[in-house]
Amino acid sequence: MNIAFDLNTICFALVGILFTGYAVLDGFDLGVGALHLLTNTDEERRLMINSIGPVWDGNEVWLVTGGGALFAAFPKVYATVFSGFYMAFMIFLFGLIFRAVAIEFRSKQPMRWWRNFWDISFSVSSIVSSFIMGVALGNIIRGIPLNAEGEFIGNFWTLINPYAILVGITTVALFTMHGSIYVALKTEGELQRKVRGWVRSTMIFFILCYITTTMITLTYLPHMIVYFKEYPILFALPFLNMLAIANIPREIIHGRDAYAFLSSSAAMIALLAIFGIGIFPNLVYSLPNPENSLTLYNAASSAKTLRIILTIALMGVPLVLAYTVSIYWIFRGKVKLDAMSY
Amino acid sequence: MDALLLSRIQFGLTIAFHYIFPPMSIGLSVLLVVMEGMYLKTGKAIYQQMTRFWVKIFGLIFALGVATGIVMEFQFGTNWATYSRYVGDVFGSALAAEGIFAFFLESGFLAILLFGWNKVKPKVHFLSTILVSFGAHFSAVWIVVANSWQQTPAGHHIVGTGVNARAEIVDFWQMLFNPSTIDRLSHTICGAWQAGAFLVLSVSAYYLLKKRHIEFAQRSFKIALVFAAISSILQLVTGHYSAIVIEKHQPAKLAAFEAHYPEHEAAPYHLFGIVNEEKETVEYGIEVPGLLSFLLHLDPHAPVTGLRAFPPDERPPVAIVFQTYHFMVIIGTGLIALSYLGLFLLWRKKLFKYKWLLYVFVFSVLGPQLANQLGWFSAEIGRQPYIVYNLLRTSDGISKAVNANQVLTSLILFGIIYLLLLAVFIYLLNEKIQHGPDESDLVKEGQRA
Repeated sequence: MNIAFDLNTICFALVGILFTGYAVLDGFDLGVGALHLLTNTDEERRLMINSIGPVWDGNEVWLVTGGGALFAAFPKVYATVFSGFYMAFMIFLFGLIFRAVAIEFRSKQPMRWWRNFWDISFSVSSIVSSFIMGVALGNIIRGIPLNAEGEFIGNFWTLINPYAILVGITTVALFTMHGSIYVALKTEGELQRKVRGWVRSTMIFFILCYITTTMITLTYLPHMIVYFKEYPILFALPFLNMLAIANIPREIIHGRDAYAFLSSSAAMIALLAIFGIGIFPNLVYSLPNPENSLTLYNAASSAKTLRIILTIALMGVPLVLAYTVSIYWIFRGKVKLDAMSY
Repeated sequence: MDALLLSRIQFGLTIAFHYIFPPMSIGLSVLLVVMEGMYLKTGKAIYQQMTRFWVKIFGLIFALGVATGIVMEFQFGTNWATYSRYVGDVFGSALAAEGIFAFFLESGFLAILLFGWNKVKPKVHFLSTILVSFGAHFSAVWIVVANSWQQTPAGHHIVGTGVNARAEIVDFWQMLFNPSTIDRLSHTICGAWQAGAFLVLSVSAYYLLKKRHIEFAQRSFKIALVFAAISSILQLVTGHYSAIVIEKHQPAKLAAFEAHYPEHEAAPYHLFGIVNEEKETVEYGIEVPGLLSFLLHLDPHAPVTGLRAFPPDERPPVAIVFQTYHFMVIIGTGLIALSYLGLFLLWRKKLFKYKWLLYVFVFSVLGPQLANQLGWFSAEIGRQPYIVYNLLRTSDGISKAVNANQVLTSLILFGIIYLLLLAVFIYLLNEKIQHGPDESDLVKEGQRA
């Protein structure tokens, strides 16, 4: 059971990086959406939306690109997961579309009913999309029934199981924590004071969920810890993860919101790395017949295509990171409402 | 209805709806570069006002494009899983490249376009506009590459048999520049330019009719008119070369465009008509004998392969494709006529004198929209019964894990959400148009309070 750093593993890491980028970036704007209704005044709500205004659709590009990379590198996984999770995934997509519409249209009319309607749409669709993402992740961890061809043979209800729901809730908790830290970073005054309170409650909520999920995973899903037992050095990851989470309240108390946000991002990266090592070398674990699992070898494209993807990534990802960083740099500082705001 | 038909309807609906937006943003992005470039060069505030107004329209269109575009990236997997397994090795790379190279660029710098007026220097803003435009075009490149590979597959070989068969890349560059890429890409881009140009013409004509924002509207109109004239005539040229490629590589499709049945005879061109598939003739039409042969081979007697050369289960649905193709050509011709009439009147300094003409321009925005949709319908329906030409049948490409009820449910939901999206889009577009360009944008950046 050696981890070989071959082409397939590198592409697995690449797809992982893109989806991690998506989780860290869209994670905070989904979290902002989930918390949106906790604000009271119209100005606060506009500040919430405008804090993510210039960046939210760029964040969703990570999802699209992750999807494209998964399609190219592991077409069987792409085909099985998205056709297998059909209805769940459709609801996720409708959630994202609705959310985009809500952001665009909320502040375009002054009528109260109009704004309330879009506020609720924004918040509910953010929660639903985050939850479904978590449920999907939970099912991938737990395993889904596959046949010998690697086709999903369950139905919609197969996906609704206690473990997946728990991961779904954990994801919502994580995103709200991440989102509240982001809002604290982007706002000032009364709203910021209020948001710092949310950071505390969402953190407690997340830590409770996280501990529960971890206990259950360790107890019932031994296939997730094979590599950790093999390579104890990997326990550094959960350790770093806990360190990063523990650092958040420290930074918040000292008013260093930016560091708190980086800590929470680091915690998410560590979490997803733990997930990646846990499922390795599977991409979709088959339960009850593990021999039908889709792995990074039997589900991969040809070596030539993997090399092409790697070349594209080596050229493209540095560019992507460069302009992601520059956009966030240009829009740094506290959010202000002006004529171009939502 | 079965899952296959429903999945096809859903794919058609979602992609047709999505395709309202990207062409407009691609075309408009070019005009933004021109307008902002003029502003930087001349320093005239009117160009700043124009750029700022059209950037707002661009932002709205782009947002709708993103919202409907996410669906595109995933519905190959949701509804066409067997297809995805078959083509992933080839087709997936193009999609991934689109995301990494183009989409990131476009959406990232759009933030500066929309929200960065006071945060970056004018030159950096202009650079962002250029990069957004470049990203928009580059997106089209990869998507059209992927689609062209479905039309004229190249650079691959087939590995495995039965359910395990799949296409694998042999030569990336051959895949990229497959026989139809260049011609289809240029045809698609010209269509997108037209969509952007006629959008600006339409809104400007509306202002002129209402006698509002006269200088703004006249200047926008003139720039867009030149662009419309260039792209419309290029559209004719690229369409011509596309037809030649289709005849060479997808003869059944070309025969269906013209409902040309005889196996090996000179082909006429119908100006219009109705196809009778049973009798294998075109009724109620006007035909110019030998014109299609002449257009393809510069010889009115040159034989063109007809539909009878293909067994019935290898032919696309002729009657539909004939109509979508011919209406596209009719609209395209009309757009050329309209834009050159406009140019002629501009030269005679009578452009804004005729009210009726301005009315025609107000509605001209629908022209490229319809022609673009009809063109894609022709291309995609003309490829049937194949999803990858001559390699994989559409009926073999669908997801086995998805049943008809699920697709029906998602289709109904898409229908409802897209109707809502369309209503809100038109409402907000109208609102932005009614609001008009901001007078405050006529003040130069440095002189602002």
